[in-house]
Amino acid sequence: MTERASTALLSGGVALSVDGVIVQVPPGTTVAAAVCVAGAWTRRSVSGEPRAPLCGMGICLECRVSIDGAPYQRACQTLCAPGMQVSTCGEPALP
Amino acid sequence: MTQTFDILVIGAGPAGVAAATAAAEGGLRVGVVDDNPSTGGQIWRRGAASPAAARRWMEQFESAAITRLMGWQVIDCLRLGPDGGVLRAEGNTPGGEAADLHFRRLILATGARERFLPFPGWTLPNVMGAGGLDAMVRGGLPIEAKRVVVAGTGPLLLAVAAHLKERGAQVMAICEQASPAQMAPLGWALLRQPSKLRQGMGYRWTTRKTPYLTRCWPLAALAESSVGESDGQNSQPRLRSVRLQREGRQWTVECDYLACGFHLIPNTELAALLGCAMRDGFIVTDEQMQTSMPGVWCAGEPTSIGGVECSLLEGQIAGLAAAGKTGAALALSKRRAGMQAFVEALERACRLDPRLRDLAAEETIVCRCEDVRMAALRGRSDGRDAKLHTRCGMGPCQGRICGGATEFLFGWRAGQVRPPLYPALVSSLMEEEAAGSVAGGAEYAVSEGIENV
Ligand SMILES: Cc1cc2nc3c(=O)[nH]c(=O)nc-3n(C[C@H](O)[C@H](O)[C@H](O)COP(=O)(O)OP(=O)(O)OC[C@H]3O[C@@H](n4cnc5c(N)ncnc54)[C@H](O)[C@@H]3O)c2cc1C
Ligand code: FES
Repeated sequence: MTERASTALLSGGVALSVDGVIVQVPPGTTVAAAVCVAGAWTRRSVSGEPRAPLCGMGICLECRVSIDGAPYQRACQTLCAPGMQVSTCGEPALP
Repeated sequence: MTQTFDILVIGAGPAGVAAATAAAEGGLRVGVVDDNPSTGGQIWRRGAASPAAARRWMEQFESAAITRLMGWQVIDCLRLGPDGGVLRAEGNTPGGEAADLHFRRLILATGARERFLPFPGWTLPNVMGAGGLDAMVRGGLPIEAKRVVVAGTGPLLLAVAAHLKERGAQVMAICEQASPAQMAPLGWALLRQPSKLRQGMGYRWTTRKTPYLTRCWPLAALAESSVGESDGQNSQPRLRSVRLQREGRQWTVECDYLACGFHLIPNTELAALLGCAMRDGFIVTDEQMQTSMPGVWCAGEPTSIGGVECSLLEGQIAGLAAAGKTGAALALSKRRAGMQAFVEALERACRLDPRLRDLAAEETIVCRCEDVRMAALRGRSDGRDAKLHTRCGMGPCQGRICGGATEFLFGWRAGQVRPPLYPALVSSLMEEEAAGSVAGGAEYAVSEGIENV
């Protein structure tokens, strides 16, 4: 666990799963930020490029992921909740 | 779900907050809807440095008798007449939930978004908007010790750079495409707004160790660093460095993030859907902020880009006017004229250098939703023609990102707006009356058709 994650846990952090990897984030963190913390991309483009958040404000939809089985959720407009299951279409990035 | 309001405000940024607070003073039923989970709009939400004025506004707003629907986006208008209408909204919760919002009067305070311009590598992960990266950091993205290049145009660059620096980022350069001569009138206009001037100087003090380069822009975002090291064969590409240009000189800066936005463009889609008249891309209003549609007011960035004070003032005027306090609204509207010089100077300062049109190479993607490249767009007569032949602008962002680029690159204007305003569950659009949670619905409608996901 990273130093950040353990701090999150101590201060009442939120634990959620991103592509099966458990990440700990401080309360009030967006799913988009959690996906970046997990080192994953959010989606693959129609020609196969990995993509990640662009606008951070709900406009571009580059950050769309599946949350608890519901597809097409904008990760930047959604706050992390305990036990949330997030799945991206991209493969995890190397750190 | 159905809710009924005397006055409904769309957007909880400074304009919407001021409008709702002013309107609620008369004891009317006021509701505010915003797509974002938290109030405050682009500038005040989530831990932005909040000056005393901002805190006062938010306190008044939070303590007033106002229904706040946060995390809901307005996707359609079901009815609009002189005595009111109905908007449909969808909740940002997995599974979706729809609501019909009935109103007698409507105030649109939908703000603005950043303009993005395509250049090689701009689709790489970790290349974001300037406000975009700032929003991500406020949403919890760790930025400490990360190397960031801030680029594009407008005063937002300096504000973002200062904020990221305060959060521990290493800001490598601030690249402003405008020339000093072009920005001079903005300096003069700022002299008449001492609070803004002080704020700007404060941002520059915070970032004093970072070069602020005018007439400078990114030529390419690169997945390799300048020393030739690149990711291993099987790994994903990610941003390693940015190639910058300034007056004939070119060099490469290594970084973890590129925060790049070319000023702001107004969010006018909802107003356009309602039939509000527009001029030069902005919503036309009278001195009381009423649009061409009776019963519909508009405040903040959809009418002009003039900074937070301008949005607040317009919001107040619209709130008072919609609540029937014409005298008070007119008294305030005199102050609006004094802000016009700043609005015009800002517009001029952010005018884009025509050479930025040459940044995109033939194979550079312009429409990120459909991966339409520059070469495919050359020779198309207008946005509609491009849409039909290349699918440019037909994806889930509905042309909000590529539209700002193709307007600058080719002079194309946004086409007709059709519902839904954002991709929405088909079930949210079809129900006669919006029902509660819809189980398992996975059919999404974007305005040009249905996508199964
Ligand atoms: C990082 C950053 C720093 C800034 N710093 C400064 C500064 O120092 N000084 C300054 O003067 N200005 C600054 N600005 C500019 C500032 O954001 C604007 O002046 C101000 O926010 C405009 O307020 P607004 O209410 O008009 O729009 P916004 O703040 O953009 O609010 C509009 C709201 O409407 C919502 N919305 C839009 N459409 C819909 C829909 N269909 N359904 C539901 N909700 C919808 C959006 O989610 C948004 O929350 C900054 C901006 C950013 C991003
Ligand atoms: S990052 Fe653009 S919609 Fe989320």
